[in-house]
Amino acid sequence: MFESRAPLLKTDPSGLFCEAGQFHIDPWLPVDRALITHGHSDHARRGSSAYLCTAACAPILRARLGEDIVLQTLPYGERLNLNGVTVSFHPAGHVLGSAQIRVEFQGEVWVVSGDYKTVADPTATAFEPVRCHTFITESTFGLPIYRWPSQESVMQSIHDWWRANQAHGRASVIFSYPLGKSQRILAALDPVLGPIFCHGAVEKMNGIYREAGISLPQTLHAVEQPRGYDWSKALIIAPPSAQGSTWMKKFGPHSDGMASGWMRIRGTRRRRSMDRGFVLSDHADWPGLLHAIRETGAQTVLPTHGYRAPLVRWLTERSLEARPLETRFEGEAGGEAESE
Amino acid sequence: MKAFANLFTALDETTKTNAKVEALVAYFRAVPPEDAVWAMHFLIGRRPRRLIETRKLVEWATAEAQVPDWIFADSYAAVGDLAETIALLLPAPSESSSLPLHYWIEERLLPLRHWPDDVRQAALLSAWREMDEAQRFVWNKLITGEFRVGVSQSLVVRAIAEVSGLSTEVIAHRLMGDWQPNPAFYETLLSKDTDDTDSSRPYPFFLAYPMEEEVTALGKPEDWLVEWKWDGIRSQVIRRKWNTYIWSRGEELVTERFPELQALGAMLPEGTVIDGEILPWKDGLPLPFSQMQRRIGRKVLGPKILADVPVILLAYDLMEWQGVDIRESPLEERRALLTDLVASLQHTGRIRLSEPVAFCTWEELSALRSLSRERRVEGFMLKRMGSPYRTGRRRGDWWKWKIEPYSVDCVLTYAQPGHGRRASVFTDYTFGIWKDGELVTFAKAYSGLTDAEINRVDAWIKRNTLERFGPVRRVKPELVFELAFEGIQQSSRHKSGLAVRFPRIARWREDKPAAEADSIETILGLLCSK
Repeated sequence: MFESRAPLLKTDPSGLFCEAGQFHIDPWLPVDRALITHGHSDHARRGSSAYLCTAACAPILRARLGEDIVLQTLPYGERLNLNGVTVSFHPAGHVLGSAQIRVEFQGEVWVVSGDYKTVADPTATAFEPVRCHTFITESTFGLPIYRWPSQESVMQSIHDWWRANQAHGRASVIFSYPLGKSQRILAALDPVLGPIFCHGAVEKMNGIYREAGISLPQTLHAVEQPRGYDWSKALIIAPPSAQGSTWMKKFGPHSDGMASGWMRIRGTRRRRSMDRGFVLSDHADWPGLLHAIRETGAQTVLPTHGYRAPLVRWLTERSLEARPLETRFEGEAGGEAESE
Repeated sequence: MKAFANLFTALDETTKTNAKVEALVAYFRAVPPEDAVWAMHFLIGRRPRRLIETRKLVEWATAEAQVPDWIFADSYAAVGDLAETIALLLPAPSESSSLPLHYWIEERLLPLRHWPDDVRQAALLSAWREMDEAQRFVWNKLITGEFRVGVSQSLVVRAIAEVSGLSTEVIAHRLMGDWQPNPAFYETLLSKDTDDTDSSRPYPFFLAYPMEEEVTALGKPEDWLVEWKWDGIRSQVIRRKWNTYIWSRGEELVTERFPELQALGAMLPEGTVIDGEILPWKDGLPLPFSQMQRRIGRKVLGPKILADVPVILLAYDLMEWQGVDIRESPLEERRALLTDLVASLQHTGRIRLSEPVAFCTWEELSALRSLSRERRVEGFMLKRMGSPYRTGRRRGDWWKWKIEPYSVDCVLTYAQPGHGRRASVFTDYTFGIWKDGELVTFAKAYSGLTDAEINRVDAWIKRNTLERFGPVRRVKPELVFELAFEGIQQSSRHKSGLAVRFPRIARWREDKPAAEADSIETILGLLCSK
């Protein structure tokens, strides 16, 4: 019934654009009005004239894009009319304040998922499926080799590794994305085991999470320790960019591990030359993607990021209309998409 | 099986050799001999041959995982490893097994080869259903004949030595040759009694490191024995108890492949072991190694191939004489015995001494080195006078001093993702050279760049793809690389008409535009100057 109409959302040089509503979603170039799904740097870019996001996302955006940005917030589920187009934000379960964006115009509903996960995470409001005609879904892990182990089993292996490192007199360093993944790990760590330190980039986000009422164990900024401090009992959380940097030298002998969905593949683990890979992702795995897509009831699905092609083919073979949606943030496996 | 899978994971997780040895020692101490011996067998690379054809394995795994064929293919492309792809796609196990390794190998794995397909399929499915992901991965690796783990034989030897309280030399020697992975062997391996009765057992080879410094740093020229470095099959010829055994450096018993040398063996005195190189040799000169490859590939050696590509043993060293292990004697003494022995066998036409290179100064030797290609050798071997015959690859007493490889500047034309550690990164490259204004494929190469360079080339390929053929990408002909290789020959099988030996990337010529890469004429020039 909508075949003859122009698509409600399409990519223009700046990003995903709604012509009827005159706004962009997660644009990669500066635009007049930007609706932001969440605060990760491949979704929230600098330079737009006005931003709209969820209330919980706002402090993250201000911290990352500048305190002086023009920013309006909208609570989850509340509707806003932009040029006759109704928009609303719905929990995506990805990180604090992350949202799917529902766009409705003349009875046609599109949902832009942003990044999402369907498993429980006490540090992010749980994913809610939203009924729609067209679902623009992320597909970072769009292959059935990506099935996540339970968070309990991953945390147990992190704890076992931490204890073993303590017994061998070496510090434990986990590399994880400073926004979201780090706080998810922190919230699940057993703080009785030993002191927990964070890199500045992580500590900054911890503050925002605590402000939002998320309960995290006590952490210390890793720079504040005096010379000669014994790090062998400590667990340190740092962004992946710290690997191999001089910042790491102060910890002395240590074992390092990476927490990421990409760690599911042995080749990726070995290429990162980490001691350990912990399979923990804030993205939907293959069953999660299929489940979410089914729940929306969408007839048209546009996968974006990562393994788009297999998901498109899978859905097409199941009589859904599916096409890949190009983005500037390509994210071939092991490439940019590692910035989960 | 669980313990072995855990050991594999522990070895896979660390690059530190001490941690690996620690994990090995803990494993060998914890498990019974019947498990330990199988683990050791696999860890030192004696894996069984493929037990099930890949096509069938994929078919059964795909059905069990309930995914279409193309999903399997896409997943394999992303993972880059067949055994792992299957382990990741199979549904979660329905039961768990704590059965020991030897049971899994002897009762479940090895019989697979002999069963009819429907029984194999059922056996495989029930095995998968009893195993967790780590066990399945190891199991699949064993089934596909691709079990490899990041430990060298010398680390396994170190661990066994620690467990047994014996020296690494004794363990290394006992692990050579033909043994069966049974508890009796494991007990002999660890036994304090050093009487070895296996007459076929070879000694570990002494291997040289490449020269790291200027040759003048080696001291006085007269302290060194210099030989040409031959390009054949490094081998040990053993004569004991009326039998001849020929072992290749890869510890393969190759006696049957070389009837000429069996005839030579029959002429050797009892209790003789010679270290040498098997070379195809005709009219007083070695034939190109490609001729040897013609011969190695054959199961049946007819009179024609034996006449076309006859082999000889070029003798380097004497390891055992009159039944006594003389590896600890100084080099000169071993060589003197060897020289006399070879002289007495000269009439057979099957053996020659690797002659010492006569020279007085290092400058003279350097000048001689440039004659290597003419003589169809790869450079020099330098051996310190007075040195014993050591075990494995060691620095100090033996050095190899190879000639500079050939090098050619080529243009990157196609790329595809690598495997294993390099899956989903473009690391396998095809290179072209200019011929009549077009690029023709010249060689493929996989190694030589640093990880940082690989990442940059990978990103460039993703941005500069012109066409896709499955996993292969045709790219803009822009990037120039210097390829190094050892040998060059005319070949009708290659588009360029040329085949090269051991091509690898010497460096990325970021300073050179594609138009300035080499042309076929330049390379034909190399061929002529040979």
